[in-house]
Amino acid sequence: MTVRSLARQAALTLGLPVAMIALWWVVSANSTSIFWPPLSEIVEAFPETWTWDRIVNSVVPSVVRLLTGYTIAVVVGVAAGTAIGLSRNVRAFCEPSMEFFRAIPPPVLVPIIALFTGYTGATAKIVTIALGCLWPVLLNTVEGVRGLDEVQLDTARCYRFRTRSRLIHVVLRGASPQISTGARQALSIGVILMVVSELFGANSGLGADIVQFQRSFAIPQMWTGIIMLGLIGVVLSAIFRIVENRALAWYYGLRRADRGA
Amino acid sequence: MGATLTAPSQTVTRPIRTRRAGRLRDTVLGILGLAVVVLVIELLPRVGVVDSRFLPPASEMLATLWDQLGEPSFWTALGDTLRGWAIGLAIAMVAGVAVGIVVGSIPLLRAITASTVEFLRPIPSVALIPLVVLIYGSQPQSALILVVYASFWQVLVQVLYGVADVDPVVRDTAHSYRFSRRAIVRTVIWPTALPYVVTGFRLAAAVALILEITAELIIGVPGLGQRIGVAQSSGAVSLTYALVIVVGLVGITVNLFARVVERRALRWHSSVRREIA
Repeated sequence: MTVRSLARQAALTLGLPVAMIALWWVVSANSTSIFWPPLSEIVEAFPETWTWDRIVNSVVPSVVRLLTGYTIAVVVGVAAGTAIGLSRNVRAFCEPSMEFFRAIPPPVLVPIIALFTGYTGATAKIVTIALGCLWPVLLNTVEGVRGLDEVQLDTARCYRFRTRSRLIHVVLRGASPQISTGARQALSIGVILMVVSELFGANSGLGADIVQFQRSFAIPQMWTGIIMLGLIGVVLSAIFRIVENRALAWYYGLRRADRGA
Repeated sequence: MGATLTAPSQTVTRPIRTRRAGRLRDTVLGILGLAVVVLVIELLPRVGVVDSRFLPPASEMLATLWDQLGEPSFWTALGDTLRGWAIGLAIAMVAGVAVGIVVGSIPLLRAITASTVEFLRPIPSVALIPLVVLIYGSQPQSALILVVYASFWQVLVQVLYGVADVDPVVRDTAHSYRFSRRAIVRTVIWPTALPYVVTGFRLAAAVALILEITAELIIGVPGLGQRIGVAQSSGAVSLTYALVIVVGLVGITVNLFARVVERRALRWHSSVRREIA
C-alpha cells in the first residue's frame, strides 16, 4: 500500500516534468533553428561548459555576492523595520518616503550606483543587491511589528521583561511570519539583481558568462547557462523553504490548530 | 458595574476624534519626512559631503525634471513604458486566471502540475534575457515576453491558492444541486478566488513594471529605462536622477492604481468593508 502510494506520488510529481522534457527532446530533435538547438546538444554541452573551474570562478562568486547583499539587506531591514514599527510617530514620519523608494524598480539602481563608482568591482554589485532587497524586508518588518498583539506587549512589560528579551521573544518572534514573507520576496529580487548587475557591468560571474555565450553565438552553451540559473533559483528557494519551515514551525502549528485541521 | 457602563461610551466617542486628529498628524509627519529627505539630498552635495558629479542637489534634479515635461520624446518614452507594462500585465492576468481556475478546480491536474509550477516559478525571468535578445533584439516583444513570464506566475500561484480555498461544503452543495460547471465557476469558485486574484494582480503589476524597466535598461527596448541608460552613459547626471524619480512616481501610481482596483473589485468583501467602516 505504502509502496503504491509512494509510486503514485512519484508519478504525479515527476510525470509532467518528464513528459515536458521528452516533448522538448522530440520536438527539437531535428531543429535547425539557431535559437532552439536540439535538447540533446544542450545536454551534451552542459558538462563541458560547467566544469569545476567555471563553477568556482563564476558561479560561486555570483552566489557569494548575492548572499552577502541579501544578508546585509535582511539584517538592516529587520533592525530598521523594528525601530520604525515600534513607534507610531517614526512610522508616520518615514512611511511616504519609504513608499517612494520602494516604488522605484530595483534594476534602476544599477545606473545610479554606476555613477558613483563605475560598475566593475564586487562592491557595486553587492550594494545593488542589498539596496534592492532592503525594501521588502523593511516594509514587511514594519507591518509585522505594527500588527503585534498589544496584550502580549503589555504582558511582557508587566512581567518586566528586559528590553533585549522583549525585543527578541515578543517583538521579533511575533513579527517573524511577516519578516519571512518579506525575506522571500527579497530573495527573488536578489536573484534578479544578481543577474542584472552582471549583465550591466559584464565582467565576471554567471550572468556575464551567459551574455558572453550569447554574443559569441554559442547557443547551446547559452541554454545551459539559462538552465543553470534556473537550478540556482530552485535550490535557493528550496533552502529558503526548509529554513522557514524550521524557524516558523510554531506558527504553522498554531495556524493548523486554529483551523481545526 | 459603573466602569463597564462608561467604558463603551468612551470607546465610541473618543476614537473618532482622536483617529481623525491622529490621521492628520500622520499626514503632516509624512510630508515632513519627505521634506527632510529632499533637504538632505539638497544639502549633501552643496556642503560637499558628496561630489555633485554623483549626486546633484535636489533642486537641480527637479529643474531637469521640469524641463523634461516639455519634451515630446519624454512623453513618448513614458507612453512606451506604460503600454508595454499594461499589455504584458493584461496577457499575464488573462492567462494566469484561466489556467489557474482550470488547473485548480481539477484535483488530478493540480497534483500533476504542482511540481512543475514550483520548479518554473523561481526561474528568474531575467535568465531569459539573452534568449529574447537573440530572437527579437531591442523590439518591444523582448520586454513583453519577460513581463508576461514574470507576472504570469504571480497570478497563477495566487489563483491556485484561491481555488483551493473554496469551502468544500459549498462546493459539494453546488454539486448536489447539479449546478452546471459554468455556474459553479461563476457562483462558487470565482467569488472565493477573487480576493486572491486581486492580490495576484497587485503583485503582478509591480513585477511587470520591474521587468519592463529592466528590459528597457538592459536590452534597449524603447522607454524610460532605455533613456535612463543613455543618460547615465552620456554623463547627464541630473537627467538620470530626474528619470529615476519619474520611474518611482510611475511605481507609486501603479501601486495606487492596484489598490483602487482592489477596492472596486472587492467592494462586497468583508476585508474592504471593515476597512471603510
